[in-house]
Amino acid sequence: MGKLIGESVKRVEDRRFTTGTGQYTDDIVLPRMTHAHIVRSHLAHARIRSVNTAAAKSADGVVTVLTGEDFKDIGGVPCGWQVDFKDGTTMHEPKHPILVADKVRHVGDAVAVVIAETKGQARDAAELVEVDYEELPVVTDATEALKAGAPQVHDDLPNNMVFDWELGDQGATDTGIANAHHVTKLEIRNQRLVPNAIEPRSYIGDYDAARDFYTLYTSSQNPHVIRLLMCAFVLELPEHKVRVVSRDVGGGFGSKIYHYTEEALVIWASKQIGRPIKWTAERSESFVTDAHGRDHNTTAEMGFDDAGKITALRVRTDANLGAYLSTFSTCIPTYLHGTLLQGQYTTPAIHISLNAVFTNTTAVDAYRGAGRPEATYLIERLMDTAAAEMNIDPAELRKRNFIPPFDGVNQPGYQTQVALQYDSGNYIAAMEKALETIGYQDLRREQEEARKQGRYLGIGFSSYIEACGIAPSAVVGSLGARAGLFESANIRVQPTGKVSVYTGSHSHGQGHETTFAQLVADNLGIPMENVEIVHGDTEQIPFGMGTYGSRSLAVGGSAISRSLDKVKEKGAKIAAHLLEASVDDLDFADGKWTVRGTDKSKAFDEVSLAAYVPHNFPEGMEPGIEFNSFYDPANFTYPFGTHIAVVEVDPDTGTVTLQRFVAVDDVGNIINPMIVDGQIQGGVAQGVGQALLESANYDESGQFSTGTYMDYAMPRADDLPSIEVSQNVTPCPHNPLGVKGCGEAGTIGATPAVVNAAIDALRPLGVTDLEMPLSPPRVWSAIQQASA
Amino acid sequence: MQVTMTVNGASFTSDVESRTLLVQHLRDNLNLTGTHVGCDTSSCGACTIVVNGEAVKSCTLLAVQCNGAEITTIEGLASNNALHPIQEGFREKHGLQCGFCTPGMIMASWQLLERNPNPSDGEIRHALEGNFCRCTGYDNIVKAVQWAAQNS
Repeated sequence: MGKLIGESVKRVEDRRFTTGTGQYTDDIVLPRMTHAHIVRSHLAHARIRSVNTAAAKSADGVVTVLTGEDFKDIGGVPCGWQVDFKDGTTMHEPKHPILVADKVRHVGDAVAVVIAETKGQARDAAELVEVDYEELPVVTDATEALKAGAPQVHDDLPNNMVFDWELGDQGATDTGIANAHHVTKLEIRNQRLVPNAIEPRSYIGDYDAARDFYTLYTSSQNPHVIRLLMCAFVLELPEHKVRVVSRDVGGGFGSKIYHYTEEALVIWASKQIGRPIKWTAERSESFVTDAHGRDHNTTAEMGFDDAGKITALRVRTDANLGAYLSTFSTCIPTYLHGTLLQGQYTTPAIHISLNAVFTNTTAVDAYRGAGRPEATYLIERLMDTAAAEMNIDPAELRKRNFIPPFDGVNQPGYQTQVALQYDSGNYIAAMEKALETIGYQDLRREQEEARKQGRYLGIGFSSYIEACGIAPSAVVGSLGARAGLFESANIRVQPTGKVSVYTGSHSHGQGHETTFAQLVADNLGIPMENVEIVHGDTEQIPFGMGTYGSRSLAVGGSAISRSLDKVKEKGAKIAAHLLEASVDDLDFADGKWTVRGTDKSKAFDEVSLAAYVPHNFPEGMEPGIEFNSFYDPANFTYPFGTHIAVVEVDPDTGTVTLQRFVAVDDVGNIINPMIVDGQIQGGVAQGVGQALLESANYDESGQFSTGTYMDYAMPRADDLPSIEVSQNVTPCPHNPLGVKGCGEAGTIGATPAVVNAAIDALRPLGVTDLEMPLSPPRVWSAIQQASA
Repeated sequence: MQVTMTVNGASFTSDVESRTLLVQHLRDNLNLTGTHVGCDTSSCGACTIVVNGEAVKSCTLLAVQCNGAEITTIEGLASNNALHPIQEGFREKHGLQCGFCTPGMIMASWQLLERNPNPSDGEIRHALEGNFCRCTGYDNIVKAVQWAAQNS
């Protein structure tokens, strides 16, 4: 550890973001640029009889109008992960057309595009496109879509099934439930959410005929993956003739991982018209076209013996994947959900059976946490419910069931019942720290006192685990991933000792320019300002799998660490040559190589300069210092923690007020505590948002009824208290930095803690369950029903 | 229609369509892209700027309504290359992550501190409830504004 690692260094990127000089995609203006406006379906399910573009084509400023007919020879966007049926049949995978020609399958499906000189002209002309629809019956709920006679989203894919899937030992689980002393059962609706990055998606396609070269500027979390998917599977473009640039991106939370049809649209159409094309989503478009999250209907049962030890967990889930399969959609309810059902507990038997289902809704994919919040929600709701039913304190019930501490070095990793091997964990320590931080015993007394006064305080727990640092390529490959999930890092030492780092990770708020620079500067003993972190450009970065699944530091940072080792090894060879010493006799510290026991040394910048001015290099020693590494993790990482929420519920109005929120997380080693705290706080805010405010709703005709910020409630500054965050450190044993990842922890942990707290508050009134979000009318109704 | 306005101390005269929103005028005609658009319902606050001394969401005004107006955008807040204390505060207290809401958040904070130089936690949260931040959970934004109040 050096003097920067572990310090809350202020962020390098903040200067441009606080002065309005960041450059997001919509800020980019290219010469001769045109603007696209997409005509979208206002119906959830309808056959397209005809599309009349004549009036639009002759409108002011219009360059061209394209429809589904123009894209008939292009296959559409594929899914990135193949999960097959239980019987081995290949999953049903309709490609997502760039513009649909036959029938629209959700509100917002793209039917035509108008490209014009200005944005206003494109929008005006889009009003003139006439689409004749034949309306079809609609289904928006996954469970309804599976019923006989349900409307068929894809005519050739029976029963709206994407696939069915299971994991775990069904026989042992059924036995464990049947023989249990007590069984807790919950019907859970994990509602659909919209990620809502505040920057709407934005793309510019720019085809350069002189070079026969394409450039896509995109608000993406992973430009290389976009290039690969678009070139190899959608447009069949030569990859070396395509550059994808994604620099400043205004938040992602998963929604900007995927290859979207509009990216392929602007690139393909740019070549047709010979000019650049910009498309930026309006917020109402974002609401119906950004991939949504969650949307599970679940029945969950947990058995306990007479000592309160879990005997089995049985889960049945219908997962709504929407009308088309987004890039990672299929692995979310399966390999990032079913595999997390062990939680922090020694549950000896687990089984999940799941249906992945098409509906007439926007595609569903990873949203911050991605499968792990759904798993955590059902486990942790079961735990607090079971504790109440068995009259055991909820903290005590968890303690009886925690997996004992293991560091993954002296004690082996923990093999779960659902295919994963946890790397290291100390669950009891996080729980104890959370109890101490919140002052648990006093709080329970306060709750008792408040009840006597007719005030309803509640305390809710959530002890979560997640699989991050996504992901070991061999493992995910065996599970159907169509890509590896390694990361690359190139380090170029410049002749003057300045260092450029080209990372395949992508920052859209995470602060990589700071954290990664701390890592590099400390390792090389040079000032942070001598390090430049470069991301988001396929022309500069060797390759990248991007940022999602809390993977940037664990996988991308480990790749940087590997390249740093190579830089130091090469530097030592050059220094040894300059010092006429053996490499074995050199120590490297504080940015210089010193011959042990002497004052003879060469500084990093001297060695760097010599590397590029190799006038007297011995034979066989190459000039230059530049190294690339591809790091493929040996395992996932498993951050964990305990969150405790304290709420007060007003029984007269049903209003739930979050009074305190304590998050104790263990994300392994920490490079920048300020950034980690910020990630956890922001994550918690989104988790609280799901619990109290957020819900993406369709009405019976498939209309999206929460399509603006006036209808979709998200946390605002006055909805939240100060989130009290702290960390324990159990290092990851299998990556060079010992880090686990912190981006999703808050969101995964927070939601059940808040809901458990609200139910805890209302138990004296007979309330035993609440459906999210805990809106005042819903809570008030539950109180009325319970007391009726 | 012709419209003249002073933006960050410089006068600009432009021909604009009458339907042009002020935010579009700033971004598309004056190349001041620090002011962002995050929604189409005046709900997110990313486009907040200062017009004649008042913080406004620049998507709620037409450019032609601002003939003769004195406007400050995020690009005009720092003076002589020195960050404004609110900008410093956001950096100091990690009051931003992706940076997209930040210009609007800073301009709304500017208005608050003009009216109330020493706001409480609750007053800051109330004053900023028209601005969405999806990254931070707001806690560090509150601290950033408090830092600015103490260091102005």
